[in-house]
Amino acid sequence: MPMVETKKDVQYEVVIGLEVHAQLKTASKIFCGCSTKFGAGPNSQTCPICLGMPGVLPVLNRSVLEMAVKTGLALHCKISPYSRFARKNYFYPDLPKGYQISQYELPLCEHGYLETAVNGQIKRIGIRRAHMEEDAGKNLHEGLEAASHVDLNRAGVPLLEIVSEPDIRSVDEAVSYLKTLRDILVYLDVCDGNMEEGSLRCEPNLSLRPVGQKEFGTRVELKNINSFRFVQKAMEYELRRQEKLLREGGRVVQETRLWNTDKEITVVMRSKEEAHDYRYFPEPDLVPLMIPDELIEEIRKGLPELPDAKRERFARDYGIPVYDAEVLTTSKDLAHYFEACVAVYPQPKTVSNWIMTELLRELNNSGREIADCPIPPERFAALLQLIDDGTISGKIAKTVFEEMYRTGRSAQEIVKEKGLVQISDAGAIETLIDEVLAAHPGERESYRQGKTQLLGFFVGQVMKRSQGKANPAKVNELLKKKLGM
Amino acid sequence: MDPTRLTIHELHEQLKSRKTTSRDLTRRVLDRIQSVEPKIHAYRTVTDEAALAQAEAADERFQSGRPVHPLTGIPIALKDNLCTKGIRTTCSSKILENFVPPYDATVVGRLKEAGAVFVGKTNMDEFAMGSSTENSAFGLTANPWDVGRIPGGSSGGSAAAVAADACVAALGSDTGGSIRQPAAMCGVVGLKPTYGRVSRYGLVAFASSLDQIGPLTKDVTDCALMMNAIAGHDSYDSTSADIPTPDYARGLNRSLAGLRIGIPSDYFIDGMDAEVLHAVKEAIHTLGNMGAKTREVLLPHTEYAVATYYILATAEAGSNLARYDGVKYGYRAKPTKDLLEMYMKTRQAGFGPEVKRRIMLGTYALSSGYYDAYYRKAQCVRTLIKSDFDEAFKQVDLIVTPTAPTAAFKIGEKTQDPLQMYLSDIFTISVNIAGIPALSMPCGFTKTGLPIGLQIMGRPFAEEAVLQAGYAYEQATEWHKRKPTL
Repeated sequence: MPMVETKKDVQYEVVIGLEVHAQLKTASKIFCGCSTKFGAGPNSQTCPICLGMPGVLPVLNRSVLEMAVKTGLALHCKISPYSRFARKNYFYPDLPKGYQISQYELPLCEHGYLETAVNGQIKRIGIRRAHMEEDAGKNLHEGLEAASHVDLNRAGVPLLEIVSEPDIRSVDEAVSYLKTLRDILVYLDVCDGNMEEGSLRCEPNLSLRPVGQKEFGTRVELKNINSFRFVQKAMEYELRRQEKLLREGGRVVQETRLWNTDKEITVVMRSKEEAHDYRYFPEPDLVPLMIPDELIEEIRKGLPELPDAKRERFARDYGIPVYDAEVLTTSKDLAHYFEACVAVYPQPKTVSNWIMTELLRELNNSGREIADCPIPPERFAALLQLIDDGTISGKIAKTVFEEMYRTGRSAQEIVKEKGLVQISDAGAIETLIDEVLAAHPGERESYRQGKTQLLGFFVGQVMKRSQGKANPAKVNELLKKKLGM
Repeated sequence: MDPTRLTIHELHEQLKSRKTTSRDLTRRVLDRIQSVEPKIHAYRTVTDEAALAQAEAADERFQSGRPVHPLTGIPIALKDNLCTKGIRTTCSSKILENFVPPYDATVVGRLKEAGAVFVGKTNMDEFAMGSSTENSAFGLTANPWDVGRIPGGSSGGSAAAVAADACVAALGSDTGGSIRQPAAMCGVVGLKPTYGRVSRYGLVAFASSLDQIGPLTKDVTDCALMMNAIAGHDSYDSTSADIPTPDYARGLNRSLAGLRIGIPSDYFIDGMDAEVLHAVKEAIHTLGNMGAKTREVLLPHTEYAVATYYILATAEAGSNLARYDGVKYGYRAKPTKDLLEMYMKTRQAGFGPEVKRRIMLGTYALSSGYYDAYYRKAQCVRTLIKSDFDEAFKQVDLIVTPTAPTAAFKIGEKTQDPLQMYLSDIFTISVNIAGIPALSMPCGFTKTGLPIGLQIMGRPFAEEAVLQAGYAYEQATEWHKRKPTL
């Protein structure tokens, strides 16, 4: 009998919860008047308050509260009428006061949810809480021998920590949740959503459990992930690691692990035993927040249409599939582009197809955002109009589109200059057909004897002779007539 | 008469009528400091030059006919936990020995606007933790009435300086009695305002939910004048109350007729000094003679006040003092091999024993698994103590008690017994826990010539009523006119 019981046949279910830190886009820090601009010289954006000098006191920046409430409402949270700040105590050189002002027992936002489309299905993921807190500074080690320096520009920059319920069941769902959350934050104009610059940070909690088991497995928290690509890679790696451990009869240890970008693995940072005792207690330097209903209603009225509402409206009013609606509403600018096109060329599904394939591909290839698209929506619509009225074929249109994207010129100009106007004249097409038939007597004979699949061959030959400009529908029609069908 | 012996309001008349100048007055106060300092050591830092420059500016203000404030040109001392721009602020701690703030505390800014002259920073118990000023890292302060005795604490330097005429008035801070207890022991007037009445911005925090800045003065009128300068909302302190402040000096002359004064039986405990008891009873009698109606009130949770205080105050202190880590300013132990060693050695050598004791107590009280039993429980008791006062103040307008159970004790008498030391604040601590205002003023002397303090407590933001009663009592007695011989 083997000593270690292997678990080869067990099916595991993934359980993920995400903690996201979003930097709120305020001009000044959360508890003082210093600027929040990224990239300034070390410690140039500091004052006695964010440096944690003796005797200084925090005063809450009102726009932090407003942005937090706005986000809470967008995430369908209950906004607590009474909430308060707490101190999270730990020692680190980048934490000037020796504690971080955060929220603990009475957070601002609770019990919300977010909906995201995963493989065309809408999945609802609970939001446990969202609370305000201050960021820490950062330690600098590069280029310094036997010393570290501390840059406190970031200390006191406002963050919203958004904690999901452990409702996520796959890495795809997690990535989709994160993207949707980012879209919402960017839509609300409360966060720029830039993971590389650290204005959006994600810390997943991951565990596995045998399918059918109710209790959660032991979870591992991941830190130090700074791009969407790495979020996915880190989670996939970590889940593989846990699954291997479990299958070999081992146990997952509750710990915090760091993602190593170079090696693309996770390594242990600290175990549960080494976890800090943060000794949270209510922050006595700030009065409890009493948020009147009127303020919440005022903020609610000012909310823009959010991605999920927009997605529903697109699917409903434009009659496009949910998947299309989801893609088109990932950014405010893209949704706007779509609507501007449809306003001129009211065939939503065609517009959607062209945007999702041609346009997004070109944007992706050239690394551009939709806001910098060289083709304005009116010109894009005009191109589609040319296909519709038979001026050019769909195939030619793709060439024209690429040219438009490259040069920024209009479809009409390109079509005219390159002589790409579609040939629909019956006489001209018949001439081409006659030439083709004359050139291929053998095929013509086979066709007559019943090999009707050769029709495609003839169409192809005619199109080729017309340099793609012949109207394919007309070619078909006239060919069939000539061949005596 | 020697102008250093005069009060703010007396000196203001002289400055206004040009009988004296601020420069002359400041010069004399600085001379007085020089002559008494070897005996009492009330100051940490004396700022002669800056003081004389401020005095000249004040004189110019008088001469130019620009508006003056009752404090214009008056030499004032500041407790060394009030941040002063460009002037060392040490909290009597080695860890901040060379700390020079780049900013003024709000109260310092307000006194500057009034035209006050700052003669120096006064000694204190390290980080305001103590009741005798013996916890200063830079030597103790002696009581001007008996240099073998402590001046009280933690604002012992401020109280001793006022009593010794080494300044005209001073600011202190009071977390559990640190203005009132030294005021009582040095025979001066001290007010702990309502929590939120005076901005704490720039007061180096000990326990944020209990700390308040207040004046130490030679009489009640001066106390009111100081309050006029420092009280009121400050946008830099979220806990400062955004409600109007009255002119405290204007209404002082009110009759006590019909005033209801409560005497809490819970404060007249066994072990209280007989002379203190006698003096306070006499004072209550005097107040009664002036038309006040006295009656007994109950403050049943008083016995839990000290325990509650030492959980809440130490929990907050442990967190407030975390910033002294050797990273950014102040003392750093050298050399150290890594970050942890830097933290440990810096804090081991930088803090004194009482501060360390309180950091440890506070850290323990907030630790996971102990939070509910200690911190949360203490917060509940805090609510009970507050409601004791709410109930009592439904029946009476003011409450009168002794400020401390004894007069000033001998240097070294209680340093070996922290609990005995903590009990010297037994009558003052509840006031901080409840957040109410309370005044201490002289109400007699022991046979050996040590001052005894009377404490007058009021409803939240009722400093005016407290000062009015104190003023009436002061008018009826002579205690405040006595001076120590140094």
